[in-house]
Amino acid sequence: MLKQTEGSKAVAEAVGLCRPEVICAYPISPQTHIVEGLGEMVKSGELQRCEFINVESEFAAMSVSIGASAAGARSYTATASQGLLFMAEAVYNASGLGLPIVMTVANRAIGAPINIWNDHSDSLSMRDSGWIQLFAETNQEALDLHILAFRLAEELSLPAMVCMDGFILTHAYERVDIPTQAQVDAYLPAYEPRQVLDPAQPVSIGAMVGPEAFMEVRYLAHAKQLQALELIPILATEFQSVFGRNSGGLVHPYRTQDAETIVVAMGSVLGTIKDVIDELRDDGVRIGALGICSFRPSPLAAIRDALQSAKRVVVLEKSLAVGLGGILSTDVRIALSGLQLLGYTVIAGLGGRSILKTSLHELFRKAGDDALEPVSFLDLNWDVVNRVLERERRSRRSGPIAENILRDIGLVGASIA
Amino acid sequence: MLLEGGSVFQVRIHGRGGQGVVTAAEMLSIAAFLERRYSQAFPSFGSERTGAPVVAFCRIDDKEIRLREPIIKPDALIIQDPTLLHQVDVFAGLDPDGYILINTSRSFAELGLGEFASGLWAERLRTVAATELALKHVGRPLPNAALLGSFAALSGVISLAAVAGAINDKFSGKVAQGNIAAATAAYEATHA
Repeated sequence: MLKQTEGSKAVAEAVGLCRPEVICAYPISPQTHIVEGLGEMVKSGELQRCEFINVESEFAAMSVSIGASAAGARSYTATASQGLLFMAEAVYNASGLGLPIVMTVANRAIGAPINIWNDHSDSLSMRDSGWIQLFAETNQEALDLHILAFRLAEELSLPAMVCMDGFILTHAYERVDIPTQAQVDAYLPAYEPRQVLDPAQPVSIGAMVGPEAFMEVRYLAHAKQLQALELIPILATEFQSVFGRNSGGLVHPYRTQDAETIVVAMGSVLGTIKDVIDELRDDGVRIGALGICSFRPSPLAAIRDALQSAKRVVVLEKSLAVGLGGILSTDVRIALSGLQLLGYTVIAGLGGRSILKTSLHELFRKAGDDALEPVSFLDLNWDVVNRVLERERRSRRSGPIAENILRDIGLVGASIA
Repeated sequence: MLLEGGSVFQVRIHGRGGQGVVTAAEMLSIAAFLERRYSQAFPSFGSERTGAPVVAFCRIDDKEIRLREPIIKPDALIIQDPTLLHQVDVFAGLDPDGYILINTSRSFAELGLGEFASGLWAERLRTVAATELALKHVGRPLPNAALLGSFAALSGVISLAAVAGAINDKFSGKVAQGNIAAATAAYEATHA
């Protein structure tokens, strides 16, 4: 049914349609509206046979999810930012144990300095944890990916994160098509665990594994991610046949045929990028985009396939590998190894900095002229940066950087863009 | 009606935390949805504190909206609190053909905006005492529904019926009825 609703509400409804049996919740912005929505559904009886557990921390949220999943329950939680870091140990345990928990990450920056706004630092910090990570471009895709994620996670016995841009998607009202219960039931069968804590057939889960077998267990985690690479396109095709729309899959190419420049990105910024690409195409510029839906597993072959005919690749990412450059762009470079392609990394939108069409026009024009640095920062205020560096040259006791900058520029959050 | 050439119509709403600024943008997007348009509403993503300046945005279009940037060049401004005029650059980027609706019982001239207004279309500028209408019909100083009723009359971008539908989507019972009454009164005051 078509609805105009908030992204978080749409995701809550989709998760509800997946018939979760245990939902663990600890509130943190910008994820909170999702679990609030689910809490209301459990309390009102709209969502039956589901236990909603308020826990005391994110660490507990993931730990309880692990216990519930090991007991055979379809388990769900959601978090963001510092919450994801706080549960990090349990995040690795969930994947190491092969428990198919689904978790929404409402992507938000990591402090310090504390910042509640959107970028991809949080889920990308769990890049190597063994979780599947799927990135949503719109609220429709966000809700669809949850249905897909339960199916994928349970078929493989691997946990999956659905990553959606905090505030930009979670707090946006837009049109979504909420599927029917019958459609979701047709797509997502009842959870059939590979391993379950069952008093009738006792097993233990979570053995200590020494050097004699640890490598093999870890290799199998990698092998499962490679299986996910095969399965994700199949499940996306099946999704299309049940729900009648394209969601999920490994990558989303946009006007890449004959493109000399291809912009690679993840998440909601792809919408703005596509608008700019259409305008540039109208002016005869041969430019396209490649959206990465599956960040983990990394679809190296699909990325290479989509990019190899281009002259140059611009990876625009809302994340920063401090001391290196890009995180996504490192993956893209691996995908392109051996190819003679110009590559540019653009760090953009950190901590909620708006990514503006005008800035992208300028950026893509520079890229077309090959006038970009290998790593650049979109709309970085160099005056502010240079003032700090100058202050540090002048004085040993230069003081805290963030506070000095805030004094320089005035109030936080006072400007419209 | 207004979406000439199928281009996007962008509304920016300024107010203070607690005045229902974000809800206003959301209701506007629901109203547009009820008229089978595409729409997108989103807040300025700040930590919204009571009394602090808050901005929310709404785009309305005949096709899917992909753009995610904040609204820098609005076609219309709804200003829920006139005290913001001296604190925030609320008119920033306004299209010269744009609409302005301010919640006040005073006129543009009385607000000291006479000269500014002379550069714009007079029939696209309006003030309405939305807080008074809200107090009368809802019993609380929440001007957003009344402002949307007035905006429907001023701009024609959405109908009063769609505004009422959006209010019913967000609220129920007496609160919904009161807000619809406030929106209707503001619509009539603006049309008069």
